[in-house]
Amino acid sequence: MTATACSAPGGDNNNAANTQGSTSTSTAGGQPTCGTAPVKLKMYIETGFPLPKDLSDEFTKQYPNVTFDVREDQFAVITQNAPRVLVDDPPDLMRLPQVSELAKDNLLLNLDPYATAFGWDKWPQSQLEQMRVNADGSRGDGPLYAMGLNFSMTGVFYNKKLAQQIGMTAAPTTLAELDQDLQKAKDAGIVGIAQFNGGATGGLAFPLQNLMAAYGDPAPINDWIFQKKGASIDTPTNLQAAEHLDKWIKAGYFAKDINSFDYATMMSRFIGGKSLFIFDGDWESGNLDKQMAGNAGFFIMPPAQAGGKQAAMSAPLTYGISAKAANPDCAAFFLNWVATNDKARTIAVQVGGSHPMGPADAFMPPVEANTVTAQTLDAGAKIGKDNGAMDFIANATGAIYAKSWTPNLQKMVAGQQTPQGLLTAVQKDYESEIGG
Amino acid sequence: MSQQRLDRTDADSREVTAPDAEAFERRRRALRARRLRRGWVAWALVVPAAAFYVVFVLKPIVLTVQYSFYDWDGVTAASWVGLGNYAKLLQDPELGGSIVHAFELILYFSFIPVALGLATAAIIRKFATSRISVVSRTVLFLPQIIPLVAAGIMWTWLLSTDGLVNQVLRAVGLGSITRAWLGDFHTALPAVGVIGAWVLFGLCMLLLLAGMTKIDPSLYEAARIDGAGAWREFFSITLPSLRQEVGVCLTVTVIAALASFDIVYISTQGGPGNATLVPGLEIYYLAFFQRQVGTASALAVALMLLVLAVVLPLQRLNRTGDS
Repeated sequence: MTATACSAPGGDNNNAANTQGSTSTSTAGGQPTCGTAPVKLKMYIETGFPLPKDLSDEFTKQYPNVTFDVREDQFAVITQNAPRVLVDDPPDLMRLPQVSELAKDNLLLNLDPYATAFGWDKWPQSQLEQMRVNADGSRGDGPLYAMGLNFSMTGVFYNKKLAQQIGMTAAPTTLAELDQDLQKAKDAGIVGIAQFNGGATGGLAFPLQNLMAAYGDPAPINDWIFQKKGASIDTPTNLQAAEHLDKWIKAGYFAKDINSFDYATMMSRFIGGKSLFIFDGDWESGNLDKQMAGNAGFFIMPPAQAGGKQAAMSAPLTYGISAKAANPDCAAFFLNWVATNDKARTIAVQVGGSHPMGPADAFMPPVEANTVTAQTLDAGAKIGKDNGAMDFIANATGAIYAKSWTPNLQKMVAGQQTPQGLLTAVQKDYESEIGG
Repeated sequence: MSQQRLDRTDADSREVTAPDAEAFERRRRALRARRLRRGWVAWALVVPAAAFYVVFVLKPIVLTVQYSFYDWDGVTAASWVGLGNYAKLLQDPELGGSIVHAFELILYFSFIPVALGLATAAIIRKFATSRISVVSRTVLFLPQIIPLVAAGIMWTWLLSTDGLVNQVLRAVGLGSITRAWLGDFHTALPAVGVIGAWVLFGLCMLLLLAGMTKIDPSLYEAARIDGAGAWREFFSITLPSLRQEVGVCLTVTVIAALASFDIVYISTQGGPGNATLVPGLEIYYLAFFQRQVGTASALAVALMLLVLAVVLPLQRLNRTGDS
């Protein structure tokens, strides 16, 4: 005990890094497989979302020699534990928070050999770029360190009954039309947007980033999120976006108490018909099709100019393989199966509500028309065409969301922060965190 | 201690019945062996608890102090930075605010529970033997046995926009002051304080009530003969006699205020806009979100010293009062 207490902490895992290629490689036609001997994959997943479990059950049905040892935690807990778990109790598959620090610390297996073996490098590369990390920790290119079970889309959900009440007959096609709809809702005494913004999760980051994409190009926003050198969030178009958001706040388009409630409250208010719009992602599509059958609609944030390009936050549901995993080949085989097996892709859409990973022309399960799921899948295609996929500004660094976006957006709601002040403050925190 | 004394008298009495010198020597040797044996037994009894204390209290403290001198992300190799982390603390503007919040919480976590505890204990003592006393004591102590997390969740519901607190205010015609108490910059910290006061009040009340039962009733009798009223009785007899209990209450609750984490974490997570950020929460964010384990440890050490600096004078006040 004294010996460990006197030496510098950490560093015990460095020799484990880069030991890729596994002990139990079983290949068929050059591709790694799970073999035929019994394998138990250790899986660490986010609680509350049935998708990974449903996928693993189906996988065991198709490959009976593979079973899963599943551990579940809330995402916040996974975020806190990720580095330690990857070292001390290495899972074969793990739901990952922001990957750049984990990759930089050599905690994750480099998946490039698998990408070549399975042909992931022939998929639309925008699906994978968020999970590529350079040696300096910046994202966007470099080796692949994670894989998605599907990829999500965000935009605006609306309550069809309330829309009818205010005479909104179609989804707005420009930002000005969206402003008008919000004003009509306010005049009718209907809450425009009951967006969660309490605690450590400032949900106003959703409309803010959508407004950023409505005014400007998503590429510089991605550069900032990916920690590219010299990137700044404090740009003229982003300022326009922050000012527009401030205008919405001052006009009273948001619920009065947004600083006090969390995501779950937002969902219960929206489902309960107490909010015309919410900014959220397609992981709720399946849920909304069930709980608001026929009454919920979805549109991508409209552009500032009519006919302009559209963009949306879109991110893969990232799963990685620990650098110390016992069964990396089988784990990679599972990830490939999720993206390419028809049954798995059906589960990804029906249970996960989001678009599966994989080749652009791959099998798509039939979806009932007029459901939110159908609308979000269509939106995904449009974003792909406009090349408008962005990662989330909350994912730029480990603490930027809880410690910078959230308090500053909350202050803006209370009239204690200006749009310019918001961007300056966040940029400053961003630089100090990346530098330090 | 008393057991030992009892044994010695036991031995002494046997000594009288056996005046023989040789027997006396034998007895002495046996006695020493027994003492030695008893020493081993004592050690055996202490060791498990002491081991836990060393492993789960002392070792973490030592490690925290050690980490505070390193720049460490919790996983990769750390680098020695000396007092660099402490210097960083001094430059952090957010931190000053969080320490001010912690001191503001003392008002709610310490003064209000102690004041209310004194008042209720004095009232309950009046009908000490009746059933009301037992019932009210139990009810008022209940918050103490509810897990803090449950208390935090319950109060976030009570204090929400459509929660019970606002419903009551609307019912009595005070609808104009209703708000999301935990989401408002001006009321969030007091609202968190109210939760803490509610939790700690029961503890203070019970401690003070126990202290009151020790006060010699003849003192009150004498005061009454001298014509003292209820107020005079309280300030001249009850309060001075309770000095030690008040000291304990203040110590426990001040520590709870300065080192607060759970209630804040559950109810506001430091929001809105850092309005309820406290050092405990800051340590958590530093360690688990910013992954600056070194800075987090430095802040933890600084917080420990701050708590000691506030609480130790309280102890001395207590002791001089005793003598």
